[in-house]
Amino acid sequence: MRRRIGPWLVPAFGGLAFLFLLVPIAYVFAFSFNDAGRTNLSWRGFTLDNWRNPCGAPAVCESLANSLQISSIVTVIATILGTAIAIGLVRLRFKFNATANMLIFLPLATPEVVLGASLLAQFLNIGVDLGVGTIIIAHSMFCISFVVVAVKARVASLDPKLEEAAADLYASPIQAFWRVTFPLLLPGIVAAALLAFAMSFDDFIITNFNSGNVDTFPKFIYVAATRGIPAQANVIGSAMFIIALLIVIGGQILSNRRAKMLAAR
Amino acid sequence: MTMVQTKPESPNTDADDQGADLRLAAITKRFGGFLAVDNLDLEIPAASFFALLGPSGCGKTTTLRMIAGLEQPTSGSMSIGGKDITGTSAHERPVNTVFQNYALFPHMSVLDNVAFGLKRRKIRDHQAKAKQALELVELGHLSARRPAQLSGGQQQRVALARAIVNEPALLLLDEPLGALDMKLRRQMQGELKRIQTDIGLTFVHVTHDQEEAMTMADTVAVMNQGQVEQLGAPRELYELPRTAFVANFLGKSNLVAGEIIEDRGDAVVISAGGNRLAVRKDRSTTHQGKALIGIRPEKLRMMWPADAPADGSNILRGRVLDSSFTGVSTEYLVEVAGIGPVGVFSQNHGQQLAAPGDDVVLTWDTAHAFGLDGDEDTQAGAREAEAAAT
Ligand SMILES: Nc1ncnc2c1ncn2[C@@H]1O[C@H](COP(=O)(O)OP(=O)(O)O)[C@@H](O)[C@H]1O
Ligand SMILES: [Mg+2]
Repeated sequence: MRRRIGPWLVPAFGGLAFLFLLVPIAYVFAFSFNDAGRTNLSWRGFTLDNWRNPCGAPAVCESLANSLQISSIVTVIATILGTAIAIGLVRLRFKFNATANMLIFLPLATPEVVLGASLLAQFLNIGVDLGVGTIIIAHSMFCISFVVVAVKARVASLDPKLEEAAADLYASPIQAFWRVTFPLLLPGIVAAALLAFAMSFDDFIITNFNSGNVDTFPKFIYVAATRGIPAQANVIGSAMFIIALLIVIGGQILSNRRAKMLAAR
Repeated sequence: MTMVQTKPESPNTDADDQGADLRLAAITKRFGGFLAVDNLDLEIPAASFFALLGPSGCGKTTTLRMIAGLEQPTSGSMSIGGKDITGTSAHERPVNTVFQNYALFPHMSVLDNVAFGLKRRKIRDHQAKAKQALELVELGHLSARRPAQLSGGQQQRVALARAIVNEPALLLLDEPLGALDMKLRRQMQGELKRIQTDIGLTFVHVTHDQEEAMTMADTVAVMNQGQVEQLGAPRELYELPRTAFVANFLGKSNLVAGEIIEDRGDAVVISAGGNRLAVRKDRSTTHQGKALIGIRPEKLRMMWPADAPADGSNILRGRVLDSSFTGVSTEYLVEVAGIGPVGVFSQNHGQQLAAPGDDVVLTWDTAHAFGLDGDEDTQAGAREAEAAAT
């Protein structure tokens, strides 16, 4: 009995798990074609109108633009600072190295409500107007931690002899960084940047505390949920999913092709 | 030091550095409280093949890294061709290194690896020159590959090409053959030597393998605990070691402790366990009091008691403890009363072999013995030599 079921068990559970993951996405995708009217809760018939005019509903695209802008800036800030910190933590031996290594984890371990609330208190204390600026500061804070953790692993696996070889071959420290260190860290940095973008784009709790009256996309959806989410939100959600999927598939194809090219030589 | 003019048509921009002597003066390196290199003075003549030989941990790599500029000495100074380079960074020195594990750039093709140094110095025709260097190490056909797609031996050649293409004043090699298997190692030894002779660069070769150092180098410096014990041509070091460490680390030696009892003018006689052993004065570091007398196992002649000369010096009577026949030769261990076990290396001339328990007589030419300071440890370097051989 066991022998016959065994081989089926893993694929069956795997398939179920995938189904479980994909059903909500399929739902969002399907309802992006709903001729919804005011609320997008029940199916009212197929239409392409939502896709033709994704900015049709009021404030959807405005909040999306805010989110894209904020996440892009945050990604740049967090990736640059996080990479620098990661290299520093691995390579430099300083007195509070171990402490710094632990502190960098704190933003990841602290509940978001706590972070959001205490940041808000700080902003109010020093009298900063809440808005895009404060959101960027708040997001950068926790995204840096993600970047540091992701890039640190890559730096740790980098052979310091390679930089010495570069120096030995007449590369100044700056040249050695850009010609050897950076290209070797790049896959880790790109992964970290994507992660930072996703984390920032997705964040609701911390944003909600520190955004004033600026709407990000998640905040817009949350507020809209009480009145009924416009079908355009499904369009944008689906589009984001498809873009992410294309990036992943594209990356796979590229690395496959490179591996094949190298093998062929 | 003689300046050897190499390749006058050399396209190297640092033409002055070509064929330049390296000089280390009182170089010391401490890591915290640990003394890794101890007041080292060294002069490496241009265009020579120089070997730094010593057991693991004696400071060879540290010395090399200081020459390369990857490590700064705690004190002391160094110069290349008379130009002081103390305190300059690695990328400013006309020195290139073949790293122990090659340190090839994994994200670049073999050709780009080799062209790296040329590009940094903005040399024209860097691709063509890099190709040429790859041809020299017989890897021209693999220039488009990535390092990960090469065998260990091939990676080793790429590392060599990447260094020599820059025509440095000094090429440093840190145990470059350490990761290769024995057969490839012997082959690369010959090839390295050929390349060095062909292009006339100065090679500083670090190794813990005494055979490698002796077959390849013009000059060998034997290092121990951060200091150079002795420096000279391989033959010179082997035939006339000046310390017990060199005598034991470079090949094998029988070292016997005794007291100098007679001065014959050009030689002294040492009494050890009732035996009279002579050593020439110019081959001994001490001429009175306690002394060690050393004799290489292959310099000993073993004979039957009946054939032995009547009494005189340089005669040891003993009994064979152990023998091992290897074909070309037989290695004996002979117990000599008052001295202890003595190693003998006897070439196979077709003579009758002695067996354990046989009484034998050992004798040798006075010109082959050497004398060392009496307070030296007879076993110094023996353990290190054992460790280096494995
Ligand atoms: N960066 C360092 N920090 C502390 N000690 C070191 C360092 N580098 C080398 N040493 C020590 O210095 C000694 C000499 O090392 P090394 O030059 O690598 O020896 P070798 O190359 O002859 O085996 C060793 O005992 C080693 O442990
Ligand atoms: Mg070493």
